[in-house]
Amino acid sequence: MAAITYLEAIRQGMFEEMRRDDRVVMMGEDIAKYGGAFKVTAGMYDEFGPGRVIDTPISESAIVGAAIGMSMNGMLPVCEMQFIDFITCAFDQITSYAAKSRYRWGVGVPLVVRGPCGGNVHGGPFHSANPEMYFAHTPGLKVLTPATAYDAKGLIKAAIRDPDPVLFFEHKYLYRRIKEELPAEDYIVPIGKAALRRPGKDITLVTYGAMLYLAYEAAEQLAPDIELEIIDLRSILPFDIDMVMDSVKKTSRCIILHEDTLTGGIGGEIAARLADEAFTYLEAPIKRIASPDAPVPFAPTLEEAFLPKTSDIVKVSRELMAF
Amino acid sequence: MNERNGVNVASRKRSTGGTSVQTPDVKEKEEFPPPKSSRPFVKGAPDGPPCPPEVQKKLLYHMLMTREVDDKIEKKLYRQGKIVGGVYTGRGQEAISVAFTTVLQARDYIIPSHRDMGVYVTRGMSLYKIFAQYLGRKDGPARGKDGNMHMGDLRLGLVSFVSMLADSVPIVAGAGMAFKFRKEPRIALTFNGEGSTSRGDWHEGINLAAVQKANCVYVVNNNSYAYSTPTDSQYACENLADRAIGYGIDGYLIDGNDAEAVWRTAMAVTEKARTGGGPSIVECKTFRMTGHSAHDDPSHYVPSELFPEWEQRDPIARLSTRMVERGVIDEKWIADSLEDIRAQVDKAVELAEACPFPDPSEAATDVYYDPTRPIVNQEGAAD
Repeated sequence: MAAITYLEAIRQGMFEEMRRDDRVVMMGEDIAKYGGAFKVTAGMYDEFGPGRVIDTPISESAIVGAAIGMSMNGMLPVCEMQFIDFITCAFDQITSYAAKSRYRWGVGVPLVVRGPCGGNVHGGPFHSANPEMYFAHTPGLKVLTPATAYDAKGLIKAAIRDPDPVLFFEHKYLYRRIKEELPAEDYIVPIGKAALRRPGKDITLVTYGAMLYLAYEAAEQLAPDIELEIIDLRSILPFDIDMVMDSVKKTSRCIILHEDTLTGGIGGEIAARLADEAFTYLEAPIKRIASPDAPVPFAPTLEEAFLPKTSDIVKVSRELMAF
Repeated sequence: MNERNGVNVASRKRSTGGTSVQTPDVKEKEEFPPPKSSRPFVKGAPDGPPCPPEVQKKLLYHMLMTREVDDKIEKKLYRQGKIVGGVYTGRGQEAISVAFTTVLQARDYIIPSHRDMGVYVTRGMSLYKIFAQYLGRKDGPARGKDGNMHMGDLRLGLVSFVSMLADSVPIVAGAGMAFKFRKEPRIALTFNGEGSTSRGDWHEGINLAAVQKANCVYVVNNNSYAYSTPTDSQYACENLADRAIGYGIDGYLIDGNDAEAVWRTAMAVTEKARTGGGPSIVECKTFRMTGHSAHDDPSHYVPSELFPEWEQRDPIARLSTRMVERGVIDEKWIADSLEDIRAQVDKAVELAEACPFPDPSEAATDVYYDPTRPIVNQEGAAD
């Protein structure tokens, strides 16, 4: 079987779910005949028609609101945000209605909100965001951030089948840059389970999304002197604290790396859990590598300075081993 | 063919061709296509067959019950300190929620707003559950996890709303779209106050429903005040129903205190939505005969003469007077109905006060799906 891109993996996963279950519908801006700004829904309109692949006005809040109304009526809507930055326009429907519905009156609203996130494509402040932590702070939601084609397909399928509202953040830098051969048979990736990407004895490096590839580069540069153990979270809410905890108890050192900005990032939450539950195992401070607390800048020089770099990981790793 | 139009089209073709053909003697003029139809956009209550006597009785009975429930909550239980949280009643607005709910069918969807006790009462939610909800008890539809009017039960087509009231507007659009796509003869209807019409979701939701010709009805309870804000600080158009023009749908401006007029309009717009005619906006003019909530004194901001003025238009008195004049009912029917309603209300309150508060162990349950948890407010629920 031929290798397919991260983007194609998402598309394939959604196609398979559309064929498997006629309750699944797609909704978003320019997604039907046009096939979506990034072509993630290309071909769906032709196969499934206008009642299941629905072009909407530019109304993110109404897209998610309507998805809630459809979900209560037995449909399984998948909403595309053309860029995930625009999810802020739907913040209220997601956090006030969708997230709290099951708790308030026992009626869950299974739906998926997905879209391209992340920087390194010169998108500027409104086409590069990593808004996962706005939602990771909202009980009732699930937040997914796949880093590989295999996970992208397996997690979008898991998201569509999940009984609760799921946000699915696709890193647009990875859309066409990575390829993988995927199994022919149906599979899902379980929500809330991290993946051990590289075993190592010296430092646990926890990351997700496109930063995984920086972690690989750093690990290569540091080996064999320093062996990084790389954990890809895959899910931000819920996140797999058990795998992180087990690893840190072995390595005694931890770096959390994310493209999202530093303050209020998932790194702080993981660090707090480690300080609380693995304090006596630690040989060195818990370190975070993240983007600075600023919007994502536009000009190449600024964006390069803004995003975490492989050299940051190498430097911090050496400091930790020297501590 | 219009001579001038012909000239202008020709000049446009020349000027957009990329060549330097000039038509200096023909001035380019703005043109607009003729309107698609001569639709009378904003209408009053439609003509139609008169409200049958049996329906009049239903309307009056449920309006009486609505007011009795509201009064019991606000004037008794709240003042006794038994109600948990705030109380928002719909005194003077009962005709709207009751009449619209009366015309709905069993599998229709309704999202009420916070002064629409008439929806729950007419739809047949048990009074016990309603009072248990207001008392914060475990048998309220929200099981103590949410309060007051935030009640839902999908078996009754009742969807629980949130405090960001206009959130209901896109949700109803989605439900109406689902019915349309599945070719089900069902409709989705929501109520908003005029205050909610200023939220972006109100616009987004109605526009989406209009574009999709979804099976929806949007009712505006225009009761003149949103908390303390009068309508002239809320919107600059003359009537909210005028906005229908902008959405390309029908708008109705009606007397919300005339139960029969509301009923006739509800019959027309629900039939239209049910048969593929798309959504409508119905603006019901009414008046909030109370403060914003039980703790709010409206005398600080509502001119005092408005209350007696609107008291004359009380929807219950208007309907009952007419019905007595027509010989549909007599005074005894009213007295008997009230006695029957009060007995039901008193019994329900007694039971609700005996219902326990939820167990503290429930504080963080039901955040996510858990197959071991009981199913509530939908098919498969035990009650």
